[in-house]
Amino acid sequence: MQLQINGRSAFAYTAAHEIDPAQRTIVFVHGAGLDHSWWGLQSRYFGYHGFNVLAVDLPAHGRSEGPPLASVGGMTDWVFAWSEKLKIEKISLVGHSMGSLVALEFAARHPQLAEKIVLIGTAYPMKVSEAFLDAARRNDPSAYDMETIWGHAPQVPFSGNPNPGMWMYGDTLARLSRLAPGVLHADLAACNAYAAGMESAAKLKCPALFILGGRDMMTPPRSAQDLIDRIEKSRCVQIASSGHSLMAEAPDATLDALIGFFAD
Amino acid sequence: MAGPKYPGFDTLALHAGQSPDPATGARAVPIYQTTSYVFRDAAHAASLFNMERAGHVYSRISNPTVAVLEERIAALEGGVGAIATASGQASLHLAVATLMDAGSHVVASAALYGGSHNLLAYTLSRFGIETTFVSPRDLNAWKGSIRGNTRLLFGETLGNPGLDVLDIPAVSAIAHEAGVPLLVDATFTTPYLMKPFELGADLLYHSATKFLGGHGIAIGGVLVDSGRFDWEGSGENRGKFPQLTAPYAGFHNMDFEEESGTRAFLLRARREGLRDFGACMAPMTAFQILQGIETLHLRMPRHVESTRKIVAFLSSKSSVEKILYPEIPAHPDHALAKRLLPRGCGAVFSFDLKGGREAGRRFIESLRVFSHLANVGDAKSLVIHPASTTHYRMSDQDLKAAGIGPGTVRLSIGLEDPEDLIQDLDRALAVASKPK
Repeated sequence: MQLQINGRSAFAYTAAHEIDPAQRTIVFVHGAGLDHSWWGLQSRYFGYHGFNVLAVDLPAHGRSEGPPLASVGGMTDWVFAWSEKLKIEKISLVGHSMGSLVALEFAARHPQLAEKIVLIGTAYPMKVSEAFLDAARRNDPSAYDMETIWGHAPQVPFSGNPNPGMWMYGDTLARLSRLAPGVLHADLAACNAYAAGMESAAKLKCPALFILGGRDMMTPPRSAQDLIDRIEKSRCVQIASSGHSLMAEAPDATLDALIGFFAD
Repeated sequence: MAGPKYPGFDTLALHAGQSPDPATGARAVPIYQTTSYVFRDAAHAASLFNMERAGHVYSRISNPTVAVLEERIAALEGGVGAIATASGQASLHLAVATLMDAGSHVVASAALYGGSHNLLAYTLSRFGIETTFVSPRDLNAWKGSIRGNTRLLFGETLGNPGLDVLDIPAVSAIAHEAGVPLLVDATFTTPYLMKPFELGADLLYHSATKFLGGHGIAIGGVLVDSGRFDWEGSGENRGKFPQLTAPYAGFHNMDFEEESGTRAFLLRARREGLRDFGACMAPMTAFQILQGIETLHLRMPRHVESTRKIVAFLSSKSSVEKILYPEIPAHPDHALAKRLLPRGCGAVFSFDLKGGREAGRRFIESLRVFSHLANVGDAKSLVIHPASTTHYRMSDQDLKAAGIGPGTVRLSIGLEDPEDLIQDLDRALAVASKPK
């Protein structure tokens, strides 16, 4: 689905379904440098099982026009614009990494809209190392290497991809190679600068599910604990073998956790 | 602070795509000799069919043993993934059939393996896909042959039979300007000698039968996607690949590019091409080829080292008229080879014997270590004399047009003691050059 948001073309994958006002709606928000197709299996599942699905491409990602948004707050406003355009009254958000901060912030700012949120591969604060930020600022290919290697569990290059025949490192690098210069840095800087996490968590009224990877090198589970503790209706599923890319590394376990959460 | 490092080529050749079998702890890749896979329940079955969950359904579409091979090659090539096929020819057909319909056009190097030339020139033309063949060195011809309906440029990293080195950076730039991908057959170079994606190619395939397997016991192919080509296109190049960017009635109206981005080509190739054409690889074959890949990084340097010794030996023989190997300064692609193939130009090359067809025949029949057969890339050294075998019906004039002389001999250098190979060649050259 293509819409105009703030005068620029914006895209969301809908699993080839029209928005049905009678159905619940889930918005999937990707992480830094990625796009809607990162949610391929999970968003497709819900689209074919009675939910409206909007797997958005944040500005300058995938099929959405740039420039990139500079802050988590800006991304939250942009997602809110989707709900206004489509006149959706209740929304659940599923966010990965940077997208999880958008889900958190959205639920805090729009409690009347937010039904449930899921934070996958999250941390607070979501600090990014100076070396990573600097490489991304210079558009140096090493930034893509850092995102690729740290973005997966250490055993990923020595184990089979659940998606037959696919090479996870190669897929991530190919996605990142499609980004315009500066986009990855904008995303990482937005994560690094986000400072409202605990305050927003305290405001949350809706249920929140955390899905964390036991071998996550970017956002290890311990770095999400303060958020989990602060949110009133939180629960957590930890997938022991997975790294940061849970939707790719552990697609079934991630989907099963989502199905359980949205079944209530 | 030093950045993180990827595992090296040698490590990936041994480990990529497989961890010890979770059910048994088996360290080697198990041979999953099964046609099909039990569903957990009806919902699981439906989700697998609708691509909501990853996994295996039927071994024509995917198989756990074959998947290890696919992932390992993709890792070695730096691609997003791969599809293993019944042969190298099946990989070429799968690539073409995934990208185009009747009415489409290919621009291909004229220096191709005979089977590939045949597929493009005669077989695919029956189905409405035409090909224009160009000299791989003539960049103006590559560019000038592109038409509005061209959907693919195609060549071999090292061409047949003269080992023409494909200028991948230049040819891929021409392809990309026209909004079409460059596919290369990388069989002769393997990922050890060249990484075509790093040079600009978009798709590649191997006849895994050759150096990847290395043992001459299994026929197979592997098609790999870089995941970097923009199938949507922009400007006047927009909409050239509706196979990947428009709803496909054959799979729930899926728009493969929208659905999966970087994986669009492989998704359609697997979900349509393997499903409907069915040229899949058997698990036992995948296992056998994997055994070869585990030593690729050890075998290729030895292949190249022995080839260099034999090229040097043949260069010293007065009965040898010409050697076609890019490491020889007289080869027209010598400078290009130094740039694109710094680790060596492989282990298959041709040379011309003085004395024509008869000398060629006597030479071949006098060899004892080299095996006279129609294959390359084996651990054992191989030889063939095209004028008396694969091309024996052709006149000397037609042979010349194909770049083959009446005395042209093609060698594939194996892993035997190179001194034994030189001795074998020396004896056969002496017999071939004796007066009748």
